[in-house]
Amino acid sequence: MSADAQEQPDELQLARDLMAGSAGAFEHFVDLYHGKIFRYSFTMCGHREDAEEVAQETLMKVFENLSQLREPEHMKAWVFRIAKNACLSKRRKSVFAPARELSLEELRPHRDGESGELDIADWSALPDASAQNAELKTALDHAVQKLPELYRAIFLLRDVECLSTADCARILDVSEDVVKTRLHRARLLLRAGLDAYMKTEQPKGSHPKTGVHA
Amino acid sequence: MNENDCQNVFALLSEYIDRQLPDGTCEELDRHIQDCAPCVEFVESLRKSVALGKKYVPGVDPMPVPDGVREALREAYAKSLAQREGSPPAH
Repeated sequence: MSADAQEQPDELQLARDLMAGSAGAFEHFVDLYHGKIFRYSFTMCGHREDAEEVAQETLMKVFENLSQLREPEHMKAWVFRIAKNACLSKRRKSVFAPARELSLEELRPHRDGESGELDIADWSALPDASAQNAELKTALDHAVQKLPELYRAIFLLRDVECLSTADCARILDVSEDVVKTRLHRARLLLRAGLDAYMKTEQPKGSHPKTGVHA
Repeated sequence: MNENDCQNVFALLSEYIDRQLPDGTCEELDRHIQDCAPCVEFVESLRKSVALGKKYVPGVDPMPVPDGVREALREAYAKSLAQREGSPPAH
């Protein structure tokens, strides 16, 4: 496993237990991965029925071919590779797929010509990783849905599922450099989407950087 | 503050946040960012976006796995386990 893998130890243990035929591993695996694959597929294709079918078809292929898998460390990437292919064959054609990689320049926030300040919202009031606010959750949902598919797939595999860069590269048939490039762009786009929401949240008349009322 | 430096920093921010840059590069970014208010602000917003993104779940939950499907999966699993052990699959 590569150095940047953040796979949960529980998932690795579950893969070992499943391959060893341990009691309870089957039920746990089916419930965990059915949810994971459904959420990945639903976010990629946007259709509940397709996502349900992808989840079931993927699990069937996993169990039918389980004897071919030798390394439990590769289980999660293997499952997601099957899921990605099932998703591709199922998915209705998207009009959002970009024909080219977005340039970083397109993703940089604007700068105020005079002050040199960035035109971004005040994020200081937002606690780390807090999505309890329903509006923020909706804003995140919209930002994720607006990601071009190339970037959405990487975001889901790398950031949500914590698969390593090497595993993502294997799942998506691209190089590790491409994974890094696309992950960065995915995050920048996500940030920009959330930034638009944060700006609407700031009280009118407050200074965008300090929060001090004018 | 050098605009070119900001551009270079901008390109590396995901790897910076993930602490995947070589030590020397990471220190260079640290040095730039601590003296550059726009970069400080941007890094904070990106870091928080990434942290939020990692907790993303779509607002739709899957239906329970139907009993018939679960049973078919269990059969396929039993066959694979039997193959792994080198014995012929049980029908």
